[in-house]
Amino acid sequence: MIRLPLVLFFSAVLFSTGVYGVLARRNAVLVLMSIELMLNAVNVNLVAFSQLWHDVTGQVFALFVIAVAAAEVGIGLAIVILIFRNRETINIDEVNLLKW
Amino acid sequence: MTGQEYAFVVLALVGTVSAIRLVTAKNVVHAALYLVVTLSVVGGVYLLLAAEFVGWVQILIYVGAIVILFLFGLMLTRAPIGREALDNQQRVIALLIGLGVLAGLVFLIQSAFSWSGPRLRPSVGTTAELGHSLFRQWVLPFEAVSFLLLAALIGAVVLSRRDDRP
Amino acid sequence: MVVAAETLSANAIGPGFSKLAWVVAVLPVVSAALTLFFGKRTPGRGWIYGVAAMSAGFVLSVLVLWHFVQGGGAVGSSVAWFTIGPLHVEAGQFVDGLTAIMMIVVTTVSLAVHVYSIGYMHGDVRFTWFYVVLSVFTAAMLNVVIADNLIQLLVGWEVMGLCSYLLIGHWWEERINSNAAIKAFIVTRVGDVPFLFGIFVLIAATGFHSANIQQVGELVGGADVSRGLVSAAAVLLFGGTIGKSAQFPLHVWLPDAMQGPTPVSALIHAATMVAAGVYLVGRMYSVFLHAAPEVLQFVGIIGGITMFGAALLALVQDDIKRVLAYSTVSQLAYMVTAMSVGPAGRDSAFFHLFTHAFFKALLFLAAGSVIHAVHSNYMSEMGGLWRRMPVTFWTFAFGSAALAGIPPLAGFWSKDELLVAASRGHEVVFTLMLLTAAVTAFYTTRMVMQTFLGVYRGHGEPHESPAVMTGPLVGLAFGTVTVGFLGAAFSRAVFFKWVFFEVPEPVTFVPWVATLSILAAGLGVVAGWYVYREQPEPDPVFQLGWFSSLLVNKFYLDEVYMNGIVLPVRDRVSAAAVWFDRNVLDGVVNGTARLTRDLALGTDEFDRTVIDGAVNGVAQTAGFTGGLLRYLQSGNVQRYAAFLFVGVVVLAIVITRV
Repeated sequence: MIRLPLVLFFSAVLFSTGVYGVLARRNAVLVLMSIELMLNAVNVNLVAFSQLWHDVTGQVFALFVIAVAAAEVGIGLAIVILIFRNRETINIDEVNLLKW
Repeated sequence: MTGQEYAFVVLALVGTVSAIRLVTAKNVVHAALYLVVTLSVVGGVYLLLAAEFVGWVQILIYVGAIVILFLFGLMLTRAPIGREALDNQQRVIALLIGLGVLAGLVFLIQSAFSWSGPRLRPSVGTTAELGHSLFRQWVLPFEAVSFLLLAALIGAVVLSRRDDRP
Repeated sequence: MVVAAETLSANAIGPGFSKLAWVVAVLPVVSAALTLFFGKRTPGRGWIYGVAAMSAGFVLSVLVLWHFVQGGGAVGSSVAWFTIGPLHVEAGQFVDGLTAIMMIVVTTVSLAVHVYSIGYMHGDVRFTWFYVVLSVFTAAMLNVVIADNLIQLLVGWEVMGLCSYLLIGHWWEERINSNAAIKAFIVTRVGDVPFLFGIFVLIAATGFHSANIQQVGELVGGADVSRGLVSAAAVLLFGGTIGKSAQFPLHVWLPDAMQGPTPVSALIHAATMVAAGVYLVGRMYSVFLHAAPEVLQFVGIIGGITMFGAALLALVQDDIKRVLAYSTVSQLAYMVTAMSVGPAGRDSAFFHLFTHAFFKALLFLAAGSVIHAVHSNYMSEMGGLWRRMPVTFWTFAFGSAALAGIPPLAGFWSKDELLVAASRGHEVVFTLMLLTAAVTAFYTTRMVMQTFLGVYRGHGEPHESPAVMTGPLVGLAFGTVTVGFLGAAFSRAVFFKWVFFEVPEPVTFVPWVATLSILAAGLGVVAGWYVYREQPEPDPVFQLGWFSSLLVNKFYLDEVYMNGIVLPVRDRVSAAAVWFDRNVLDGVVNGTARLTRDLALGTDEFDRTVIDGAVNGVAQTAGFTGGLLRYLQSGNVQRYAAFLFVGVVVLAIVITRV
């Protein structure tokens, strides 16, 4: 009996917070965490709508998202560790070889 | 306002607070812990929405595996543990953008549904139903995701290999 | 397009060869071109073209004359040349007896000179060019005598002046020769300007319609043309004669013209070009007749002064060519004076022109032969040549006798006719002519004796000239002996049947005139023989005190001209020219340069500030914008993510709401 807009609002809040985190954090791992936050917000959305339409497809997709997120975190952390090995830092501000 | 809704609102508040603390924590480990809380809250929300399989998968994978990964990552990269500035210079812009995103999303929600919008009657979400759907209708994406996971696994191993052969 | 060849007088005899007179004038042009382009490569260096052309021209001239011998009338033809407004000028020929006679004169003397120059100019550095100019000159003179309108005549007149200049200055390496050429050209020019204006007046008298000589001649007699206009035209035309025929006061160029090669003196300054002035008066005689009587009196005065004065000047010359030059001036003045007497005088003047051409050319060429042998012009270095150069001597003697007026040579008959014409009413002229005849005989005898008789006073071994030079002498001598009979009274005076003004005059032999002329000539000869038989040194003519110095200094006329006219003009004009050049021309040039420089500076300023400013401004703007835009490429991933999110939000709103 939950009102849908509330759920959606919650999801929106989580997503925005994740956006802020992606943009504002200096540590690459923290950025990845924020990305996870965003993905979770999307999952909440998917699940909510799957309950609205009484269709399990939404939840299936949420599963897929979780799987993909896991894969992504694995690769992402591997890359972060590589950067750390090369640069002794994972401060994103200092990884700017493509700078003008 | 039903009981479920109350529960949901409480959970949502907790989750919101922890999310905000996640992105503003000055200590990376604290941030990771806040992540745990947030992910757990989201899992709880799934359960409230009667998506039991997804909810337990969330707890299992996110909280169980991914957070561990993060902690490993933090440790391996000698994340500065202590009160150091972890935010970069474009905090203000980021805040604005975040608020902008929020505003945009809220606007969209509001234009689609009124605040007293449709009420959810959670019905589907059992493991059996998920299984049915997953292994019949969505078996191809399932296989594809398994490939993806395989690739990710191999990729992670390859990437993190130390390259010190003679 | 040739306008019909008309026979202008009605008689049954067809035009015959007289129509082809213009060919004679064109032949030398062709030979000049051939000599110019091929002369240097032709064996003999190019004389053959001129000689061939002149020979053919001579033959053709005789054929033309034959038409008149048979009693034929004048013939004319023309083509349209140019038109200015109402004035139509044609190019054409008018051939009457006078034209035929003049053509004979020109071609004969020119042929003689062409042949003579093969020897005289042999080895000359500009041999080929000499023949080119000779041919051009002959063409111009022939053009003058056959021209049927004044413009065409003027063209030939001026070309002759140019050729005279070129030939006098043939050896221009020496300053004195080029100065003489310039003097000749400028002095004749002084006469050519009034001549030109005379032509204009005559054209105006025809109502600006025509320059045709025959038409002008008829018109000036008409009642609707003012006497003053005609008189003015006559005087102006005579100006050309004064210049070209070396009459006082423009006679000063002819003696100096002797600086040119002797064949040139013979052709141009004895027989042809200087005769052109006399021809002009005679051809335009109706203008003179219908002018005020003072005009002809003026002509007579000028002629008289020149005639006597030049004869006196011939007395004191040591240079043999100068003697002949002054003699030419004097003889031409005879003709001019005769012209002033009337139609009879005109006709006899032409007869004298005819005979004078022969014996004067002969004298010049013979003198050239002497000069060539002795390598000097001065009679004081000659003498006793009659033995060593017999052909030259005898031909020279014939020529001198003709000049002195000794019968039965040509000069006697023509001089006699002049005297006869003057004797009818013009006593002063008659007397002056007689006196001049005496003086002429005297200086002629002096010349012969100083040059050929007595003892040789020069250096080296003079010998007779080659046949190519003596041949023409003999030919001209033959002419000198025979042509006189053409105009003699007892031989029916056929000359005057060819050359007449409107009506042929009857020619009578007047015994007392002839007696007087023989006496005068005889007196001069005897006196000359008496004075010079011993070859006295120094020459007696220089012993006459103030008279001698007056003559030797040529009446101080050259000094008057130089100090009175030439130097002041030269200095003032050149000063004015210098001022003009420095202030006006240089001012303009410098001003332009200054203007250009200022313009350049201004443009530079403009270029630097405005244009460069614009270009630099654009570059700076680009740089500035780039400087701004580069912050997009920070290399910072989060920066990129920020833009991405903003874009997403905007897109979402736009897509769903719009």
